Amino acid sequence: MISLRNVSKAYPRSGDALREVSFRLGKGEFAFLTGPSGAGKSTVLELIHFQTRPTDGEVRVSRYHSKRIRRRDIPALRRRVGFVFQDFKLLERLTAAENVAFALEVIGTPRREIAGRVQRLLSQVGLAARARSRPSELSGGERQRVAVARALATEPRILLADEPTGNLDPDAAGGVFELFRMLNRLGTAVLMATHDADFVRRHAEIRRLELEDGRLVRDSAA
Amino acid sequence: MRALREALAGFRRTPLLCALSIGAIGLSLVILGLFGLVAHNIGGAIGDVERRVEVVGYLLDDAASEQVRAARRELEALPAVESVRYVSKDEALERARRDLVEFSNVYGELLVNPLPASFHLRLREGFRTPEAVSETASLLAAYPFIEEARFGDEWVERLFALRSAATGIALALGGGFALVAMLLIVTTVRMAILARGEEIEIMQIVGAREGYIQRPFLLEGAVTGLVGGLLALGVTRLAFVVFPARFAAIESLAWLPHLWTAAGVATAAALGLLAAAFSVHREVGRAYGPS
Repeated sequence: MISLRNVSKAYPRSGDALREVSFRLGKGEFAFLTGPSGAGKSTVLELIHFQTRPTDGEVRVSRYHSKRIRRRDIPALRRRVGFVFQDFKLLERLTAAENVAFALEVIGTPRREIAGRVQRLLSQVGLAARARSRPSELSGGERQRVAVARALATEPRILLADEPTGNLDPDAAGGVFELFRMLNRLGTAVLMATHDADFVRRHAEIRRLELEDGRLVRDSAA
Repeated sequence: MRALREALAGFRRTPLLCALSIGAIGLSLVILGLFGLVAHNIGGAIGDVERRVEVVGYLLDDAASEQVRAARRELEALPAVESVRYVSKDEALERARRDLVEFSNVYGELLVNPLPASFHLRLREGFRTPEAVSETASLLAAYPFIEEARFGDEWVERLFALRSAATGIALALGGGFALVAMLLIVTTVRMAILARGEEIEIMQIVGAREGYIQRPFLLEGAVTGLVGGLLALGVTRLAFVVFPARFAAIESLAWLPHLWTAAGVATAAALGLLAAAFSVHREVGRAYGPS
């Protein structure tokens, strides 16, 4: 489903972000992407989401290939790959339901279907009762659930999460993580970047890909 | 529909900058419009003059009538020549007496007719340019019995030069202002994009198509250009109505052809679109292109 082969990424100003990173993530798999800040976790996620391209090596996501993908195919790829951020990236002027509806609208969902799908998505993340609340009226954990509901709007096969629990208290973090596990049990592959070593240790059963200074130094599945 | 709604929201977000862009593109096109009006009217005047252009060849008094008849036939056969009129010495004197009344006494007392006979050549359409007129005059002057061939060369050429200058100035000034207008539209659209940066980022993340994101901004640029173009058309029309009324010397100006005005407004919209496309490509396109 996801394959990185000898992927390197260098930025003109900051230099090497990744060096010869290789791994595969199969259908329905769950993995942590760990490492200290600046290790290259976000770069890996951006490469998989085709927000950037590798300087060397190749990234494959489903049938899309970093060397061959056409510009017009990128939206289709991103609909298969949901993305959740540490800072939620919700639109403050919109309610929880409108934030989710926004995603459905921009991908061209018929107007008559949007309300029903929003309700289902918010129910799925346990937030049906807060549909009319604005992000400023929600707790951190609730905001992240709205963000997850929005990421699920496109029915992705893969969910990328960049420090999704970084801004949350332990209870809220646990709740969001359980949500990811539930989605994973339903068949969505999850790649979750985190620098919280304790959190990762507590879930030793989950595959761990450890980055350090742009190199993949450990893959617990290997 | 959504794109139009979003584009109009863009105008509400930065009204001053939008007004500046519209004003600048309007000003550039007013300048083009006014100079276009001048060039068009000079063109019309040139057309009138051209229709009246005559090449006149004055004959030596000792020209043999047989030679003159043969020359007339040859001249009539020239492709540039529409008609050849022969004015004899007597006719010339008669006309002088009739047209130049103040000299009628002088002409009345003459013992010898001093006026020469002449050929008056009218030229066909397409052969009335300064070059063609000059060439026909040279052919006429080449006959040995022709003393002199004349045509209104100086003022025809001056009118042509004036039209060229008006066109050149219009293009230079209009082009300069159009560039300024485009830079303003680039900035306006860029600010609109930055103001909606969060939304655009989310659209890109969830998989919106590039065109879906770009259309409102492109439309905003095109509408800015279009409104600027219509503004310019209105101001030019106002000038066209007001100025001839103020200045008696300007008797009758002709309004620009519809094709010109339509092309002007369409050009304004196209410039707006182009400027917006530049901004959009820089600010939005990055998320889809290789980097």
